[in-house]
Amino acid sequence: MGGGILILFKHKDLLGLKDITAAEINFLLDTAVPMKEIISRPIKKVPTLRGRTVVNLFYENSTRTRGSFELAAKHLSADSINISSSSSSVAKGESLYDTARTIQSLGADVVILRHPMAGAAQLLAGTVEAAVINAGDGAHEHPTQALLDLFTVRERRGEIAGLRVLIVGDILHSRVARSDIWGFTKMGAEVRVCGPPTLVPPGLEETGARVYYNLEEALVDVDVVIMLRIQKERQQQGLFPGLREYARLYGLNRERLALARKDALVMHPGPVNRGVEIASDIADGPAAVIEEQVTNGVAVRMALLYLLTGGGDRHENDY
Amino acid sequence: MPNLKEKARIIDKDGIRRALTRIAHEIIERNKGTEDLVLIGIRRRGVPLARRLAEKIRAIEGSRVPVGILDITLYRDDLSTLSHQPVVRQTEVNFPIKGKKVILVDDVLFTGRTIRAALDAVIDLGRPRNIQLAALIDRGHRELPIRADYVGKNVPTSRRESVAVHLEETDGVDEVVIMEKT
Amino acid sequence: MKMIIRGGRVLDPASGRDETADVYIRDGLVSGPFKADKTTRVIDASGKIVAPGLVDMHVHLREPGYEAKETIATGAAAAVRGGFTGVACMPNTDPVADNRFIIEFIKKRAAEADMVNVYPVGAVTKGSRGGEMAELADMRDAGAVAFSDDGWPVMDAGVMRRALQYCKMLGAVIISHCEDKNLAAGGVMHEGYYSTILGLKGIPASAEEVMVARDIILAAETGCPVHIAHVSTAGSVALVREAKKKGLPVTAEAAPHHFTLTDRAVAEYNTAAKVNPPLRGEADVQAVREGLADGTVEVIATDHAPHTVEEKNVEFDLAPFGLVGLETAVGLVWTELVHTGILTPLQAVAKLSLHPARLLGIDRGTLAEGGAADITVIDPELEETVDPQHFAGKGRNTPFAGRKLKGLPVMTIVAGKVKYER
Ligand SMILES: [Zn+2]
Repeated sequence: MGGGILILFKHKDLLGLKDITAAEINFLLDTAVPMKEIISRPIKKVPTLRGRTVVNLFYENSTRTRGSFELAAKHLSADSINISSSSSSVAKGESLYDTARTIQSLGADVVILRHPMAGAAQLLAGTVEAAVINAGDGAHEHPTQALLDLFTVRERRGEIAGLRVLIVGDILHSRVARSDIWGFTKMGAEVRVCGPPTLVPPGLEETGARVYYNLEEALVDVDVVIMLRIQKERQQQGLFPGLREYARLYGLNRERLALARKDALVMHPGPVNRGVEIASDIADGPAAVIEEQVTNGVAVRMALLYLLTGGGDRHENDY
Repeated sequence: MPNLKEKARIIDKDGIRRALTRIAHEIIERNKGTEDLVLIGIRRRGVPLARRLAEKIRAIEGSRVPVGILDITLYRDDLSTLSHQPVVRQTEVNFPIKGKKVILVDDVLFTGRTIRAALDAVIDLGRPRNIQLAALIDRGHRELPIRADYVGKNVPTSRRESVAVHLEETDGVDEVVIMEKT
Repeated sequence: MKMIIRGGRVLDPASGRDETADVYIRDGLVSGPFKADKTTRVIDASGKIVAPGLVDMHVHLREPGYEAKETIATGAAAAVRGGFTGVACMPNTDPVADNRFIIEFIKKRAAEADMVNVYPVGAVTKGSRGGEMAELADMRDAGAVAFSDDGWPVMDAGVMRRALQYCKMLGAVIISHCEDKNLAAGGVMHEGYYSTILGLKGIPASAEEVMVARDIILAAETGCPVHIAHVSTAGSVALVREAKKKGLPVTAEAAPHHFTLTDRAVAEYNTAAKVNPPLRGEADVQAVREGLADGTVEVIATDHAPHTVEEKNVEFDLAPFGLVGLETAVGLVWTELVHTGILTPLQAVAKLSLHPARLLGIDRGTLAEGGAADITVIDPELEETVDPQHFAGKGRNTPFAGRKLKGLPVMTIVAGKVKYER
């Protein structure tokens, strides 16, 4: 069609949602729709990335995220190599920079990095030619988790703009919270965060989010509740007194959920501490879309792999 | 992108209508009716063509033939050579393919690569009894051993030329024009 | 060897002198006027500033122990290229400069380099571990000019109090890097909006301020002078201002990066901007500038802290703190403080020469006749873009690469000898 090529997603890497636009997020989510259709087929495989190599470089254990990325690569017929901290020279003290050089010489097309330190994905992206997907770097960002959250909400609600989204828990250490704040804010939702003051970092208001310390107040009229996982080690660090008190103040139960809108969705990046973050009847109830998030995660990651191995031009030619 | 200039209008609205009517008759004749027949249009302009064929078949035979939509983007063999990949859209084939006679429908048959991708895509959806191909225009220059079972019009062209099919549903007008690089 | 520096703007803060004049050098000393003969080198300094040799009272020369980062010789080369004729080096070497032998070793190395005056700072506690007091008197006799556990601040207030009592007897100043380790708690940058969005652990302003307040209280009690190193927060500046108003023996220094950059420089995980104390917020930078302007902060020191490229090219959390400052300090002072009217040239020179020299008790920082001819000539109009590849020191870890500076040293004279000339 006349008018040439309209570039809709042009990034070498996906390091976070802070640096991409609402239009790009929308395009990513649009691309995930046909990907989800592929997952629903009996033969869940297309030949798109045949001959392409995807390296899963995981410095932290994450069965869920890694499994989701592996499946996404498989559905697109890419070859995957797994390098994890237990099997690679990571354990021998090889630096990320050295590992990056090795990956460069392997000729990988995409590297998926999970790392305990913020900024690691950016460091890697600056070192390798391959596209880098940040699968979580320290407390910085976890963009694919936020994308699947956005996809899930958009699929359920049709539109994200105008919704009220509440994120509850350990905001301080949560990369999911940061990516969700950027993502939902960019898409026009009102974002609230809630947690104990010791787990809410300063300056959050500057991102556009509203901060609450009282869960009941925060829940009023929200459309989406994202509950974050609380880690017991934060108790040892003196950031909160214990899981029992945490659950009493910040656990989501039936009475509290009633404060939200009737059709509110309950989400969780998993794995859920039942009875702590979310009461069992809520986790298994109709409001929870936690299982759906898992399926959508694969679709979103397929879309991302596809777009990062070439981009996404509106491109109609003589083919 | 090179600039293209319209060189000649080779088929008009009536021409397209007549060609589709003839193809519809040929499909019914060749398949001895419409039993187990399904139509699958290849995005984009194969889709309205498939719908029109289904409509004509219904008018002739009185039976409804299901129409599906195929997006072949993820099956293209040139993805690794393109600097940017095309937009993926959804495949919508909401009926089983297994054991069916599938009529693939596209606007222009050219190198054959689109059809090669479409064959893979269809087979990934299930195992059909057979696959047949209907194209409004066959402009030659095949790069693969693929031929159409039903052709609206053979249009010999040079490589410098391109054939543009415009349809009401997508372009607001029914016509086929030959474009030339300027 | 005779030299005449002709027609420059002579600034001598010790006497308040600010006039166009000639400066005469004979036998390594500033002398009275003499007639030029053919052995006299005559330097035209018209349009330039002629100042007492600059003294940086806070540098890390890394030798012994970390020669890959810097050596006394390369650090000295960086110093003279930056316009400094003297540097006071911090004791966090390996081994730590906590005894006479290391102090003597540093002095010996400096003499071999024969480039710049090196004034060693001794550790306050053995190994800078914050426990047992080091042999302060012994080190003082060997040439240590001050004491500090910079980098590993003395957390135990009791230890700090006894060290101050002891230093009062010696007449030496303690330079305190103010950082409460429990409040800093493994932080890697200033705590605020940027640490939040980058997901990096923050160091709150209170980590510095709590310790500044503690040291002021201890200085008041013991009567021993405390010099607050590299103040970085508005709260610290306010505390020092209050203390000075009360006449307490408290002084403070600021580093060029703390009056120039905010924590925004860390965005993109730039490890060259990872420094301790961290780059703070806009209001803090403003407060440091005000502190410099009103005399609360009377010293400018660089906290020159070279590291290798490999050490800095890692995850932000793993990168060492510190940036190199010797070769950009004068340019930053002129660009950010003098050309902006925050400091007069005379005030700027005082903070870079006379004040640190007085604090350390060394007979430098003046152009008075009979004194050592340590002289720095500065061209206030000369412009240059910072290119770390041109640094004389080993470190390339500067957050100022690519920044345009106006006002640069063009000649550094140590004891009557030209050690650097542009
Ligand atoms: Zn320090």
